[in-house]
Amino acid sequence: MTKPMQELPMDGTPGFALSPGALARIDALAARYPTKASALMPCLWVIMDELGWVPPGGVDLMVEKLDVTHARVNEVLTFYTMFRDTPQAKHTLQVCHNISCHIMGARPLIRHLEERLGVKLGGRTADGQFQIEGAECLGACGMGPCLQLGTHLYENVTPAKADALLESLRRGVVPRADTDREGVD
Amino acid sequence: MRSWRACAAASCRGPTPTGKGWTELNHNGVVGPSGPKLLSARFGRTDGHRLAVYEKEGGYQALRRVLGGMQPAEVQAVVKESGLRGRGGAGFPTGTKWGFVPQAAEQVYFFVNADESEPGTFKDRFLLDYDPHQTIEGTIISCFAVRASLGFIYIRGEFGWLIDRVQKAVDECYAAGYLGKNILGSGYNLDLIVHKGAGAYICGEETGLINSVEGRKGQPSIKPPFPAVSGFLKKPTIVNNVESVASVPWIIMNGAAAYRAFGTEKSPGTKLFSVSGPVKRPGVYEIPLGMPFRTFFNDVLGGMADGEELKAVIVGGSSVPVLPADEIMNCNLDYESLGSAGTMLGSGGMIIIPKRCDMVELIQVLMHFYWDESCGQCTPCREGTGWLHRLVKKLRRGEGTPEDLERIEHVCSGMAGLTICPLSDAAVMPMRSFLAKFRGEFEALIQDQTPVAAESRWPRGEQE
Repeated sequence: MTKPMQELPMDGTPGFALSPGALARIDALAARYPTKASALMPCLWVIMDELGWVPPGGVDLMVEKLDVTHARVNEVLTFYTMFRDTPQAKHTLQVCHNISCHIMGARPLIRHLEERLGVKLGGRTADGQFQIEGAECLGACGMGPCLQLGTHLYENVTPAKADALLESLRRGVVPRADTDREGVD
Repeated sequence: MRSWRACAAASCRGPTPTGKGWTELNHNGVVGPSGPKLLSARFGRTDGHRLAVYEKEGGYQALRRVLGGMQPAEVQAVVKESGLRGRGGAGFPTGTKWGFVPQAAEQVYFFVNADESEPGTFKDRFLLDYDPHQTIEGTIISCFAVRASLGFIYIRGEFGWLIDRVQKAVDECYAAGYLGKNILGSGYNLDLIVHKGAGAYICGEETGLINSVEGRKGQPSIKPPFPAVSGFLKKPTIVNNVESVASVPWIIMNGAAAYRAFGTEKSPGTKLFSVSGPVKRPGVYEIPLGMPFRTFFNDVLGGMADGEELKAVIVGGSSVPVLPADEIMNCNLDYESLGSAGTMLGSGGMIIIPKRCDMVELIQVLMHFYWDESCGQCTPCREGTGWLHRLVKKLRRGEGTPEDLERIEHVCSGMAGLTICPLSDAAVMPMRSFLAKFRGEFEALIQDQTPVAAESRWPRGEQE
C-alpha cells in the first residue's frame, strides 16, 4: 500500500536521487544526440521511468547535465501532457474520449469507472492507488473504446473488462495488454 | 458512376488480377483475401517484426541494391517517377520534397514522423508494430537518397510498447550491419535514433516535430524557410510519414512503373486506410487508390454492424470535412475524387458515424480536442479553438441563438489560413462542414432551448 497522497513529498529536491544506471543513461543520451539540449526529452523520460514524475531536483539535474536553463526545462516539462511535475497515483488509467472511442462508448465507460472508483475524471482515489484521466486519442480508434495504463494498452474495453482490470490491479497484477502478442519476443 | 471493376480495367489499372483486390487486416491477426500487399505482407503475423523473417522474405534486398551502385540522385528519381505522395495527410510528392535539399549541404537530417495522433488514424502503428523493418529499410534508403548521416524515428509517447519494439528492430539492424559505419561495405554511414514523444498532437506537424527534438516545446515554426533548406539545428531536414518511407523498398525493388500500375494517374500506388466506428469489420486495410467508397464500405468493411445505419463519414482523419452518407457513396478513394467532393484523403483515418450520433455532440468532442491541442502561439488558433468549443457548448446548454451560428462562421473565417501551422484549419474544416451539412441539428437545439442532460454534454466531468 502506498502512502496517502498528502504524505508524498511535494518538493522532490531534498530526497531526489536517481540510480547509477539512470544517471549513466542520461550521460549516454547527452553524448548521442547532436546537441546536449536536443537530448532533453529522452533524459526527462529517464527520470519519468524511474520516479513516475520529474521533481524539482530532476529539473536541476537537466540544467546541470544538458547546459540548458531552468525556464527551458520547465517549459518542456509543462508543454507535453505525458511529463508530470507532481507525484502520480500508483495506477493512472487514461481513457480515450476522442471521436472514434466516443462513438463506440467511451462516455459510459468513463461513467462506469467514476462510479467504481468514487472519483470524477481527473481525480485520484484517497489511497493514492488510482487516478482516471481523459486522453485525446490513443491510436486504437478501430478497437475503441480503449484505455491505457503506462505502456499497456487495452482495447474494446467494456465495463466488465474494466472491472476485471481494476480487480487485477488491486491484487497487484497488471493484466496482459491487447498489444502484447503471444510468442512475439 | 463507374463500378469498381470498370475502374480496375480503366484508369486505376489495379488491383492484382486475382482475389478481391484488398488486404483485410485486423488486430487479431486475420489476413483476408489476397490483394495488393505492398505494405501489409506481414500484417497480422506474430513473427513479421523479426529481422530473420523480414530478410527471408526479401527484406533489405532493396537496400543492397541501392548501396550496391545507385547514386542518391537515382534513388530520388525512382521515387519521384513512382508518383508517391506523402501519406501523412498533405499528399505532397515525396521525391519532389527530397529534391529541395540543397546539393551543397554538408549535414542533412532525416525524420520519420510516427507521431500518429490524428483522431481516427492508426495505420502507422500497424506498420511499425507488425513490420518495423520495412519502415527501417525505407528510412535507410531515404536517408541515403538525401545524403543524411543521422535519422530519427519520432514515435508518439503513448505508443510505449511500440517504441520498445522499434528500438529492438533498430538494434538488430546495427548488429547486422544495416546501420552504423560503412553499411554493407558501401562506405555509407548512418545512425538512427528512436525518439519518444511525450503527448502533443502538434508534434505531428513537421516543424513542431523538429523543435521538439531540439529539446523545446513542440511549437511549429513559420515557413519559409522550409525544413528541407533549414530545419533541425538549422540544417536541411526531411520529414516523411511512416507509410511514405515504408513504401520506398517496394518501389526500389519493383520500379516506378510497377508502383504506378496501382491506383490512379494522379494518386498512384496503394494506401492504408484505418477504419473506426460501428462497421462489421473495422481495422486497417491496404487498397489501391481509386477504389469506390461504396465498394470499400460494402465489400471490404461488410457494411454497418447490426442495427446501425450510416449517417456520415469523416474520410481522412478528424481534421477533414465530413460528408453525409449519400455524398460519400459517390466518391472514389483517391486525392482527386475526394477533393472535388469537398473533402480530403488526409491520413486515411476513416471514421464511420452512425445515425444514432448527435452531430453537435461529436463536433463538441472535436472542438475540445483542437482547443486542448493548440500550442497557443498564434492568437487566431489559441482563442478561436476555445471560442468555437464554448459556442458549441452554449448551444448544447440550450442557450444558443441564431446569431451564434453566424458567430461560428465569423470565428472560423478569422482562423482559416491565418496561423503558422494548419492546426487552426484542422479545427475549422470539420466545424464548418458539420454546420453546413447538418445545420438542422444545430438549429433544432436553438429552437428547442432544452439543455442536453449535463452528464451527456461532456464526458470529462469538466466544469460547464
